[in-house]
Amino acid sequence: MSVFINDIGLISPQQTADPALFLPDVMEYTADYLQVINPNYKEFINPIAARRMSRLIKMGITSAKIALADAGCQMPDAIITGTGLGSVEDTEKILTEMNAGEQLMNPTPFIQSTYNTISSQIAITLKCHNYNSTYVHRTFSFESALQDALMQFEEKVAANVLVGGIDEMTWNHLQITRRAGHWKTDPVNNLKLLSYHTPGAFAGEGAAYFLLGNERCLSTYSTLRDVKTIYNREKATHVEDAVKTFLSANELDVNQLDAVILGYNGDSRYDGLYDQLGSGIFRQTQQVWYKHLCGEYYTSTGFALWLGANILKHQLVPAAVRFNNPNPDRLQHILIYNQYQNINHSLFLISR
Amino acid sequence: MSKRIYITGIGMISAIGNNVPEILTSLEASKTGIGEITLFPTLHRGSLPMAEVKLSATQLLNLAGQNGSQQFTRTTLLGMVAAKEALKSAGIDAVDTWKTGLISATSVGGMDRTEHFYKEFLEDQSKGRLRDVINHDCGDSTERIAIELGINKLISTISTACSSSANTIIFGANLIRSGKAERVIAGGTDSVTKFTLNGFNTLMILDKRGCHPFDEHRAGLTLGEGAAYVVLESEEIVMKEGKQPLAELTGYGNANDAYHQTASSPDGTGPFLAMTKALKMSNLTPAEIDYINVHGTGTENNDLSEGIALERIFDPVPLFSSTKTYTGHTLGAAGAVEAVISILSIQNGMIFPNLQFSTPMKELNIRPVTEVLTGQNIRHVLSNSFGFGGNNSTLIISKPTYSS
Repeated sequence: MSVFINDIGLISPQQTADPALFLPDVMEYTADYLQVINPNYKEFINPIAARRMSRLIKMGITSAKIALADAGCQMPDAIITGTGLGSVEDTEKILTEMNAGEQLMNPTPFIQSTYNTISSQIAITLKCHNYNSTYVHRTFSFESALQDALMQFEEKVAANVLVGGIDEMTWNHLQITRRAGHWKTDPVNNLKLLSYHTPGAFAGEGAAYFLLGNERCLSTYSTLRDVKTIYNREKATHVEDAVKTFLSANELDVNQLDAVILGYNGDSRYDGLYDQLGSGIFRQTQQVWYKHLCGEYYTSTGFALWLGANILKHQLVPAAVRFNNPNPDRLQHILIYNQYQNINHSLFLISR
Repeated sequence: MSKRIYITGIGMISAIGNNVPEILTSLEASKTGIGEITLFPTLHRGSLPMAEVKLSATQLLNLAGQNGSQQFTRTTLLGMVAAKEALKSAGIDAVDTWKTGLISATSVGGMDRTEHFYKEFLEDQSKGRLRDVINHDCGDSTERIAIELGINKLISTISTACSSSANTIIFGANLIRSGKAERVIAGGTDSVTKFTLNGFNTLMILDKRGCHPFDEHRAGLTLGEGAAYVVLESEEIVMKEGKQPLAELTGYGNANDAYHQTASSPDGTGPFLAMTKALKMSNLTPAEIDYINVHGTGTENNDLSEGIALERIFDPVPLFSSTKTYTGHTLGAAGAVEAVISILSIQNGMIFPNLQFSTPMKELNIRPVTEVLTGQNIRHVLSNSFGFGGNNSTLIISKPTYSS
């Protein structure tokens, strides 16, 4: 049984909200972190409801609605979301109000700070009573959501599943995690991300929803074949072994890969692992990178999956994401490999 | 691929005991864990009750077998205690003999430390101890518990508000059914925090007298803390190792009420669908359910919606009770806490009462069990977990038909 990526809604720091476009121009920023380009949310959400919603909820509902538009699916059999942090903005509001005294606090931020709010709000918007869940595990959040989605197809309880990955960054959260050494200390030019060679990644945010289906349709991008996570500090050779095992479980060999999307985030402490794979197991393969376009966040692989699916659909690797230059003329199979601080590793396989 | 999912181990810590035997003793003695707030300073101390694990940070650190060289959040430590007990109870020495995963739930993660950090941070962004905030996200507790248990194959974290850990059991079972795992430790952990207390207080759904589920005069829920895990194992493990399972997970259902972010629908659509799906999967008729461990938070809204759904499905409604009158509402841990209590009911032939009940709800024709019942032959228990956002899940846990 094949699972197809039939539609995608992506809100990111690039001009991606229109599914008809595939990176015609790349946005260049010099900033402390990358923020999404907010679409006109009023076109997607009732303005009265939208007024009380925090930005993350609006990003979620809007990207979900975009993902349901073209494939003509009104009622998915499951809605599954991955979010590493949920609504940071609402959480900060509560902490700030609480610190001012535990009285007369506003209930809305508390309601929205609950991690499952995005999946629930999508369900309420669609009046969808079907399976609904939310995964909240760092850079496994979106991966687990996809694994759950794939099992819904395997169990034959779903024909269409809406699955997404969503996270936001706020100024306060950037300050805290910067102090903890997660990010570069000064503003970054996103397109020159790999020329800094300094510790710390470059932060970003985004919302990506995918409509998966068990049948191909007019808007189909690719198939989603498998997703795997590995939790361990790994040497490059171990990652190579894991890649081979993952591919062979899917009856493929590294030589059959037409491109590999790697999670380079500019952090000199951890990017070396990608370099080692790039000069090792993937030296013949078209290498692609993406975090200079969207920044690093817990569910950034949503952007990577959007990129891979579009590469297969358009049979084109845009120059802005090429890491080396084989530039294959035929694109059939793409692997995505991402790692977060060499602890949380994930692999995705998609095919045309 | 395993069709049957067995539960071979359980572990739990809550306001009524630090381990399963202590918890059973409290349940049998109708001894509630709800009392005064002692763990942190708050304006609400003395006016709102809570169900705390009566252990200081140091006592909890010791109980979790930690020497204090690393800082852990309370959520993590509670989880470690319960997860270790679950593994021990399943007779597992080495997790690596089978493909083992840990799927854990939490609703607040490391918030108990984050709220300390924020106080100083808000005054000066260069202030606040970083070690208080770096464990804030939900995945942190799961990873630290996984390291403690030696699990590195498959880990993840679920947060669907008050149904979170029921969903870890569902996801864990699906992982085993699909062959992605052979054994999953599934459950959840949540500590009480000032954040949660104030958050629920803004919704005005905390009962000043402690929760009275399914009572006409109920006025809200009572927050609790704790952690519980079950060990789910494939048929193959149970057969090959000649294990005696404690119970079998025979059905589960997940549905969404899709009505309102915090209120449940008046006709109980979500609860009705979750229970119906679980019954269908288990191939059981409603009449075969011997006991229902209801979600029963004690809020006006939940109990009415759940009660209506029960009356729509069951005729008559079987024996039922809300054990949140013992443990408080442990949020992300509640589904697993109540799964463990359901297994104790099956094992001991006992039904633990819905404490603090006096007047039946006028909209319903049902009343919960109010005294400990013994000598019951409990073959199938249905356990409900419903959350904000309409995330409703139901588990059906059965007396194992397999014996080694």
